[in-house]
Amino acid sequence: MNKIMLFAQLKEEVGKGVIEIEASGKTVGELRKFLEKETPLGNLDGIMIAVNEEFVKDDWIIEEKDDIALIPPVSGG
Amino acid sequence: MTCKITREPIKIEEVYQKVVRREAGAVTTFVGTVRELTHGKKTLYLEYEAYESMALKKMRQIVGEMKEKWPVLEVAIVHRVGRLDITDIAIAIAVSSPHRPDAYEANRYALERVKEMVPIWKKEHWEDGEKWIGNQQGTKEYEKGKPEEGDLFE
Repeated sequence: MNKIMLFAQLKEEVGKGVIEIEASGKTVGELRKFLEKETPLGNLDGIMIAVNEEFVKDDWIIEEKDDIALIPPVSGG
Repeated sequence: MTCKITREPIKIEEVYQKVVRREAGAVTTFVGTVRELTHGKKTLYLEYEAYESMALKKMRQIVGEMKEKWPVLEVAIVHRVGRLDITDIAIAIAVSSPHRPDAYEANRYALERVKEMVPIWKKEHWEDGEKWIGNQQGTKEYEKGKPEEGDLFE
């Protein structure tokens, strides 16, 4: 299983900070489409995806136990 | 280097002390504070949230970039999370360098990079509502607010 961390508005929309999904073998792009279709997250345009604390592109392949995070546009500082 | 995320009020003197060096002829400090009015709208308070482990990793990456670009001696970046009131310090950055131009430039670079790619978010609370800034529903407060091509892990 893979842990998918949610933050800011995404966390509020879903009502929790972590969801678990079996995503190993999927590309990040495939995961994105899956989440859009199967969860209340809706459209994820503009949301970056980080795997093990690094931003990755949609062709990145997810492995077993990778930590995934959905990163909305940041607004720190 | 010092990179930190804290729930406590930031004390500038402590951040400054982290970078003081005998070889330094300049220490620049940037202090980002919570502003009351944004585009005429009155903020009551802000709430900051971070993906802490990744935020710290990215802050350390920024310090690495600064040390490649400028002969900086030490860098401290401290960001506060949780509820912040008007005038509270959200971020403090201190940079020491032998000479002032480098200390100024590197400090500004650090802040701009934080705004681009460190996973920290703020929610504005107004009298008539609230909103995560940078979200998809409204106007983007920050043009960048997302990592650029070179920030992606290949």
